[in-house]
Amino acid sequence: MAKKILIADDEQNIVISLEFLMKREGYEVSVANDGDEAARRIRAEKPDLVLLDVMMPKKSGFEVCQEVKSNPELQSVRILMLTAKGRDTEVAKGLALGADAYMTKPFSTKELVERVRSMLAER
Amino acid sequence: MLSGTVVVAASFAYLLVLFAVAWYGDRRAEQGRSIIANPWTYAMSLAVYCTAWTYFGSVGRAASGGVWFLPIYLGPTLAMSLSWVVLLKMIRISRTYRITSIADFIASRYGKSHLLGGLVTIIAVVGMVPYIALQLKAISSGYSVLTGSDDSGVFPFATASWFNDGTLYVALTLALFTVLFGARHLDAAERHEGMVAAIAFESVVKLLAFLVIGGFVTWGVYEGFDDIFARAFADPELAALLSLKTASTAGYGGWFAMTLLALLSVIFLPRQFQVTVVENVNEQHLRRATWLFPGYLLLINIFVLPIALGGLLYFGRGTVDPDTFVLSLPLAHGERGLALLAFIGGLSAATGMVIVETIAVSTMVCNDLVMPLLLSTERFKRSDHPDLTGLLLGIRRGAIVVVLLLGYLYFRLAGEAYALVSIGLISFAAVAQFAPAMLGGMYWRGGTREGAFAGLLAGFVVWAYTLMLPSVAKSGWLDRTFLDQGLFGQEFLRPEQLFGLAGLDSISHALFWSLTANIACYVLVSLARVPTGQEATQATLFVDVFSRGQDAPATFWRGSAQVQDLQPLVARFLGAERARRMFETYARERGVRSIAELKPDAGLVQFAETQLAGAIGSASARVMVSSVVQEEPLGLDEVMDILDEASQVRAYSHELEEKSQALEAATGELRAANERLKELDRLKDDFMSSVTHELRTPLTSIRAFSEMLLDDPKIDLKDRTRFLGIIVSETERLTRLVNQVLDMAKIESGHAEWHNSDIDMRDLVGHAVETTEQIFRDRGAVLELDLPDHALHLRADRDRLLQVLLNLISNAAKFVPNDTGVARVRLTCEAGQLRVDVTDNGPGIAPEQLGVIFEKFRQGGDERARPQGTGLGLPISRQIVEHFGGRLWVQSKPGEGATFSFVLPLSPEAGDGPDHAMT
Repeated sequence: MAKKILIADDEQNIVISLEFLMKREGYEVSVANDGDEAARRIRAEKPDLVLLDVMMPKKSGFEVCQEVKSNPELQSVRILMLTAKGRDTEVAKGLALGADAYMTKPFSTKELVERVRSMLAER
Repeated sequence: MLSGTVVVAASFAYLLVLFAVAWYGDRRAEQGRSIIANPWTYAMSLAVYCTAWTYFGSVGRAASGGVWFLPIYLGPTLAMSLSWVVLLKMIRISRTYRITSIADFIASRYGKSHLLGGLVTIIAVVGMVPYIALQLKAISSGYSVLTGSDDSGVFPFATASWFNDGTLYVALTLALFTVLFGARHLDAAERHEGMVAAIAFESVVKLLAFLVIGGFVTWGVYEGFDDIFARAFADPELAALLSLKTASTAGYGGWFAMTLLALLSVIFLPRQFQVTVVENVNEQHLRRATWLFPGYLLLINIFVLPIALGGLLYFGRGTVDPDTFVLSLPLAHGERGLALLAFIGGLSAATGMVIVETIAVSTMVCNDLVMPLLLSTERFKRSDHPDLTGLLLGIRRGAIVVVLLLGYLYFRLAGEAYALVSIGLISFAAVAQFAPAMLGGMYWRGGTREGAFAGLLAGFVVWAYTLMLPSVAKSGWLDRTFLDQGLFGQEFLRPEQLFGLAGLDSISHALFWSLTANIACYVLVSLARVPTGQEATQATLFVDVFSRGQDAPATFWRGSAQVQDLQPLVARFLGAERARRMFETYARERGVRSIAELKPDAGLVQFAETQLAGAIGSASARVMVSSVVQEEPLGLDEVMDILDEASQVRAYSHELEEKSQALEAATGELRAANERLKELDRLKDDFMSSVTHELRTPLTSIRAFSEMLLDDPKIDLKDRTRFLGIIVSETERLTRLVNQVLDMAKIESGHAEWHNSDIDMRDLVGHAVETTEQIFRDRGAVLELDLPDHALHLRADRDRLLQVLLNLISNAAKFVPNDTGVARVRLTCEAGQLRVDVTDNGPGIAPEQLGVIFEKFRQGGDERARPQGTGLGLPISRQIVEHFGGRLWVQSKPGEGATFSFVLPLSPEAGDGPDHAMT
């Protein structure tokens, strides 16, 4: 059965590109455009992996990540954080909050696909 | 009429209440919860100024002299409002140097002189004795009026014999009470909290009693003020009382003298010195008292005239003594309760005065008269009397009894011949003799011991000759001939017309001559000799008390001393336990652990001497301290050197203080500058971080789509076209962003180029609308234009203003709804400035968003539907408008669209500079 991936980003063009990439890899894709929607969809759909942007309206990626990781029912959800703010502190913060991996924008599509694949294969 | 038993019982009951108040005050003081440490109690205790003389005598004086009673109350009011600085200085000096009486004050100021202290004490005793007699007389005559008995056979046990005279027992009872109030134990600062509480209580009682009687006479007997005064004016004799001219034969000179006399007394009366200065808890209380005390005087004088006139109208002249109207009016109307209340009020006034006055005088007698005599005997100087506290108390108690008995004696000798007010004024004139030495001492460094002595002595002798002796003579105890013919038959020596000065009343006359002699002797004798070292020392300490005092005072002492000698000395007069505690406290203040470790330096000697001064007076303390330490006297030159040194040290420390303040200020400025830099740094960081984010976001899309297109040539044409479209539009976004960031940076750093020219704003707005109409048309929206019918010229950069207009209009285009969208651009002119409003019917802006949309990289609107934009348009627009001296703002309610407006001055100052001003 195809793995489910949730794409959470407020930039439409980035969503389009991510959606295209993930579908091409054969994953089942859903989309959230802000932090609130992302948290809601994660709870409802329990995706295998979330591509989570940090700077989102309503709720930041950090908050969503914290929420997911503190919820025992969502243990299986992997989180790959994406951010355009490349500071080291941001990466450290994301990992400290329990994100499974972290990539800065602009990312290499190949690396992203590789990373997603390996994260889903881990279990 | 009332029975004697009732009156005596009521009086004793009142005295017991008084004693309870005093006991409570003392107990609270011991617990450290003083009930007198507030300005109200302080002001009330000052009202001890109002004695039985005020209570009964003012009415008597008003009955014979009309408004002539007023100066006695104008004086204190003037004193409190004009010369409170003098009082403040007296308080500060006395507290700093532990001065406990006016005699001690003068003695200490002029080089700690026993002779001066003794003279002041004698003047005070002689001057106060008639005053105390007056209180006794008031109580005694009040009693006889109340019980309806005639002067002789007044009391139940009274006969003509002295030992059976009730007044004697009144005096003895008061003596007993005074001892209980003021001389139960020894206080190093001569402070009596309980007594002050009782005095304040008495002041309230006498005021209330007098107001009640006044109210009774005014509204009970007559029908208000109008009624009494109308009746008085109807009677030609009474009407005369109410006129200033006929009320007094002495005229304005008499008024002046009387006011001056009262002014000086409220400052220098021993009992006023006691309550104002010695018993003062907090200097701040004086501020409040400067209006509270005059207020009290005003209240207690309101009914003086009504009672006097009421009594004269009711009894007629010459039948009843006006001094007793306060009692006789209620009695005549059968109001026995009121009469008793009036008597208690009078008793209050009398006892208050007697208690405080005798305590003050007894302190003087003990410290400045008896102690010096005792100390001059060899036997006493040796320390075979280890503890003298008992002796000190004994002396004071004895002094209290003696002073009261002297008062009684004067009452028997002269009391009958005089009205209350006249006796009081004799005392006032005696007290006025202290003024030159006191005031000169506080404000003139040149006064010497001999000067003060000569002045006081001359003033006192003239006072005795022109006022005291005549009063005794008029009572029939002296041959009267010298009154009319002058001493030794010399007419110019007639005591009441000295050197032929006639036309003044006897008080003004005596005051004039005694003060003239006093001041002349004080100044001339002082000038005859340069002050000694000791005098100069004290002069400096007194005159400069405000600038000196607190910070380490210059010490004028040289010699060697031993703690082992000083502590037992203090213990002899204050008790061993108390002395030990004092020295321990001092040791702690000095930062050493025990008394033994104290350095026996000038400071320690001064400390011991100050403690002793509180108990036995400064002059005696000086003698006692010098008997146990080896010291070298300082000459005037040396004192001057110390003073110079001290003032140099003060100057240095002042300089140092200024420098450290400047340093502190500089540090503060540096810190603030640093904070500003840090803040700027933080802003720059934030800006960089935001710019980075904004640049990376389009780059992300561009890279992702480019890689996808590169990797997978098989993507179908539709997607390929879409992806390339996105790449192009994201590239455009990137370009726009880079341009705007550079633009923003230029404007903010002041490096922007401004090509100013004359612009017609109407044309410019029209042009902007034409440029953007197509966008609206594409969305099916309408753009309306509202222009004035005349051109609006201003000088500015055309391209920049167009940039602002395009930004606002295209923002509106982004937010209006499809198909039903309406935007409106309006140009108006008002009050020398033009105004542009761009209104849309979009979703509006939430209140919390209103402020932030002008910040960089903050875009408004619902994010999911947020149109393309860099988040820099509005900040840049605002910068441009502000550059030309205008203002850009927004008004909006969610759901009702938004209006962006800006105003620009029509003759802008900011844009007026030369073109290319900053490049």
